[in-house]
Amino acid sequence: MTLTPSRRGLWLRVLDLPAVRRNDGLRSFLVATWLGWQIESNWADPFLFAIYSVVRPLASVMILVVMYSVITQGAFSQPIFPYIYLGNALYILVGQIITGVSWAIIDDREHYRVAKHLYTAPISGYTYLFGRGVARLIIGTISVGITVGFGMAVFKLPIRPAAIDWPLLLASTALGVAALAGLGLIIGAWTMTMARHFWSVGEAVSGAMYLFTGAIFPIDILPAWLRWIGFIFPVTYWLEAARRALLGPGAAGFTTFAAFSNAALLGILAAFTAALLIGSVFFYRWALDNAKEKGLLDMESGY
Amino acid sequence: MPNDPAILTQDLGRVYKLRGPKRKEDAKELIALDGVNLTVTRGELFGLLGPNGAGKTTLIKILTTLLLPTRGTAQVDGLDVTREPQEIRRRIATVSGGETSGYGLLTVEENLWMFARFYGLDTPVAKQRINELLEVVGITDRKRTKISDLSTGLRQKMNFIRGFISDPDVVFLDEPTLGLDVTAARQVRSFLKEWMAKHPDRTLLLTTHYMAEADELCGRLAIIDRGKLLAVDAPLALKHRLQREAIFNLKVAPLGQRPDNQEGGIEAVPGVRQVTVAEQDGATELSLILEGDDALAGVLAHLSRRGSGLISLEKREPTLEDVFIDLVGRRLDVDTTQQGNGTHE
Repeated sequence: MTLTPSRRGLWLRVLDLPAVRRNDGLRSFLVATWLGWQIESNWADPFLFAIYSVVRPLASVMILVVMYSVITQGAFSQPIFPYIYLGNALYILVGQIITGVSWAIIDDREHYRVAKHLYTAPISGYTYLFGRGVARLIIGTISVGITVGFGMAVFKLPIRPAAIDWPLLLASTALGVAALAGLGLIIGAWTMTMARHFWSVGEAVSGAMYLFTGAIFPIDILPAWLRWIGFIFPVTYWLEAARRALLGPGAAGFTTFAAFSNAALLGILAAFTAALLIGSVFFYRWALDNAKEKGLLDMESGY
Repeated sequence: MPNDPAILTQDLGRVYKLRGPKRKEDAKELIALDGVNLTVTRGELFGLLGPNGAGKTTLIKILTTLLLPTRGTAQVDGLDVTREPQEIRRRIATVSGGETSGYGLLTVEENLWMFARFYGLDTPVAKQRINELLEVVGITDRKRTKISDLSTGLRQKMNFIRGFISDPDVVFLDEPTLGLDVTAARQVRSFLKEWMAKHPDRTLLLTTHYMAEADELCGRLAIIDRGKLLAVDAPLALKHRLQREAIFNLKVAPLGQRPDNQEGGIEAVPGVRQVTVAEQDGATELSLILEGDDALAGVLAHLSRRGSGLISLEKREPTLEDVFIDLVGRRLDVDTTQQGNGTHE
């Protein structure tokens, strides 16, 4: 970045808008988005970063494909394959967003040691954290695109761009991302109040959800007493809606949500998302007060 | 709120609950601040002197809205720290000495620009202030250097700039020259004096270990120890408190055992108010605050009984260090987070 006026980009012009400068929430979000992108994209040179962005998701999905191939003896034409493949590809966003938002708190506090300067500046911590997660969302979205494209080209996933239900895909993904950001914020706020073992909270939650949200197998397979976990996670509904949007009728091969219309899925997802976002606002405030009370805001545990 | 004090605390207290090593029942309480009443008026460069663990940083954390008090009230610029933290944050800035924080992947300019944006400055204003302040602390040539490539001292200078970039009304400086070389520390002190001269309505609260720095910069000082304010006054007035006392520096041969177990140390000699002892170059250096010159004879007699001969003796004017020792009972460089009474003989 250079600050010479002649080379100021659109981003800087947006940040200079009076409305942005005056609004703590908007300003915090946009500056944090810029910061997040600098951090996520600048740790390696562009060539290495590009390789990492492509190889990492493909390597992840290939592990699953090889396991599937061994177990089913290469039955790639079965409806369970696109179900698993897409669930796994879309799930990249879950980890990226949840850990992207929650990790920012740890990163600022322990790694960059700027927490006290941030919390004594007139920013909105809530929107700042959302902003820090945007870069991960962008990287995650690129990874999902690459993984799905790879699946279409190599494994002939039955996805035809012309047949994709774009409104359903975009609406469900927007709601899913918002729900994940809310969840990430709750986990992040929680880490504010912890001195140790916080590294793994985001990963633990996204890892646990991998089993219960129907990402790699329909939740009907789970024992009845465990299924409810999947039903209370909004990710479950997002994955189902996104699969329907991408695969069309081919996605309805499993009975879990067969009784739910697309509108019902979106409605449930919207309700969960609203609840998570509202809950995250209150939880963030509680955690902030709690951390201030205990003197944990600028704590550096050295773990 | 121009008539409000810049900083006002009333009966301010803070207790930390320290977790035990194993069980919750092992938890202990640490009183970091105990009923602090402090008023800093607008336009003051106010100093806070105290050893490690005295409560200085806790007080600053409360005033900068990072920490909630457990009792009492605190206001900054007329705003309550618990009820109006966001408004306070628009008006304050903090700089801590020895600080190496910053996003290592960003350049000096980018780091500073980002913080300017957090305070709502537009890019031309931010750029102008960054350039001015880089010039002041002498790191203009490092403007495009990544933070990760800066030395500790240069990072500290960058953080100093960060504190002033928003043109704050109240600045909290926690040991701002800690770790800086002599020239850089002098530059910082000059900048602070010039900044205050240019902005007579602004307020600086400075904590420092360096008595000379406090003496040079501060219009008034508070001496704090174990969470309590022991004195608040101008440096000269504080030193005047000791004018009736006699202050001596003695260099003597190493002290032997007390000849009589019934006899106390030097501090027990009649007329001795405070004594600090330091060993240096095979000799013992005593800094004595006596109630009057007459008490010196008793001290010399005590030394003689312990087989220690006088090497040199100097009578001098009181310094802030003497004031501190007189009030606190030990030197400033003694860590009060440790138990015991420091350098008392």
